[in-house]
Amino acid sequence: MSETAPGSPPARLQTLPDPDPDGPLAIRLVDVETALLGRQVLDGVTLDIPARRITVIIGLSGAGKSVILRHMIGLTRPDRGRVLVDGVDINLLSRKGLYALRNRFGVMFQTGALFESMNVFDNVAFPLREKTDLGEGEIRGKVERLLALVGLPGTGEKYPDELSGGMVRRVALARAMVMDPEIIFFDEPTTGLDPIIRNSILRLVCDTWREHSFTMVMVSHDIPEVFNWCHHLVVVRAGKIAAAGPTASVLASEDPFVRQLLTGDFAGPIRLL
Amino acid sequence: MAKVFERIGADALRRIDLLGRTGLFLLESFAQCFVPPYRPRRIVEQIHFVGVKSLFVIILTASFTGMVLAIQGFHTLRKFGAEGLLGSVVALSLIRELGPVLTALMVVGRAGSAMTAEIGILRIGGVIMALDAMAIEPRKFLVSPRIGGSIVAVPLLTVIFIVVGILGGGLVGVGLLGVNAGDYFGRMEQSVEFADIAGGLWKSFAFAILIGWVCTWKGYHTQRGAKGVGSATTSAVVVSSILVLVGDYILTSVLL
Repeated sequence: MSETAPGSPPARLQTLPDPDPDGPLAIRLVDVETALLGRQVLDGVTLDIPARRITVIIGLSGAGKSVILRHMIGLTRPDRGRVLVDGVDINLLSRKGLYALRNRFGVMFQTGALFESMNVFDNVAFPLREKTDLGEGEIRGKVERLLALVGLPGTGEKYPDELSGGMVRRVALARAMVMDPEIIFFDEPTTGLDPIIRNSILRLVCDTWREHSFTMVMVSHDIPEVFNWCHHLVVVRAGKIAAAGPTASVLASEDPFVRQLLTGDFAGPIRLL
Repeated sequence: MAKVFERIGADALRRIDLLGRTGLFLLESFAQCFVPPYRPRRIVEQIHFVGVKSLFVIILTASFTGMVLAIQGFHTLRKFGAEGLLGSVVALSLIRELGPVLTALMVVGRAGSAMTAEIGILRIGGVIMALDAMAIEPRKFLVSPRIGGSIVAVPLLTVIFIVVGILGGGLVGVGLLGVNAGDYFGRMEQSVEFADIAGGLWKSFAFAILIGWVCTWKGYHTQRGAKGVGSATTSAVVVSSILVLVGDYILTSVLL
């Protein structure tokens, strides 16, 4: 983790280079419609997620951002439409096939979703113990390396209730990376954190991408911070895609809704009161 | 009028649907025991949790149940001059009915409620969804070991309950009420048949499945935060207890 020298301006997350603007797609949603508890939460969502880049999904609360993420992981099935991962419709897969696909994913949930009864080390080691034949020595080495990577060396013996919110998210990130995934999903990884911790988590995400070039999909409310470093931006409005594409092109959008969301202006089509 | 029938029909369909889903939940969870990777240690942990940790409660309950049975039985039998049959009465009552039923009710209260609460907290904490996202079948990890552990532990606890209950009855009957020790244990040996023991064990086996099934189902489908965990736990205890008693009647009718 880099430190800011005293007296110098606060460190900003740097814009990440786009390795291949016309690169392959990792995930594609085609005309996805889903209703939950009688409410239409996704209404004809068509969306492309490029491979080996960071895509951030933003929108108002309840717009359907997390539902889109869950469709990509196969945790929610659409009423209509297709969700393609590397060209394979995941809703046509058997449970075994879906689990084989999910072995390529890492998921970091909003609250961390750690086992409170396990210490940090066991939480991070959990997927390795469950899904691999690695010996304890190899597991120990890998987990300790990851804990150091997320800035938590020597915390393996602590339990989640002894950690701060930011530390819990870091442990969750370490667990999401422990199986060397190809795609990492983040569901609001910084919600409820103070600005310093939030920035450190976002920096960690950027550093992780720099090192591994995973495909990353993140649902976030961190506007405008995310604009500094995400490659692709998706704006969701009431279950529909209001804008999607390279960050610069979405930022240049003339759509009044998108403009209001991006700038945070009180005046505009979004009426909260 | 049509609306009333419509509502009754919808309610019936909902209940049938629920029954089907609970049935599938049990079958699929049971089937997960035989899907690799095998983790027998998890079942052993649950046997320890349901069995060893319930031992004190079971021994305490069994001792006093046996003692009360001896006092009540002695005073009833004395009216007919048949005090010598006290051992048979205590043993048959415990083996056929009280052992399996009271053991099951004790396990529901001590271990079943904890099962529901533990799984429920994992559900509301998002851990069950996280397991699914990590391609780890949550039922294999959380439900199957608990049902397996109950199936092994509850019959063993029932046997312990019966033995301790008989000894408790003997303590009061022989030690305090003056029944001949030879009569107490000898008559017991004459009157208890293998079918009585098998019937009691079948019941405890059935109750073990019921407890594991209901308590894990309730925990697995917990909703709405901490209050939901409380409701699920209460509901698990109430439903399991009622099903144990109803199941006891049905099994007694079938087995006798």
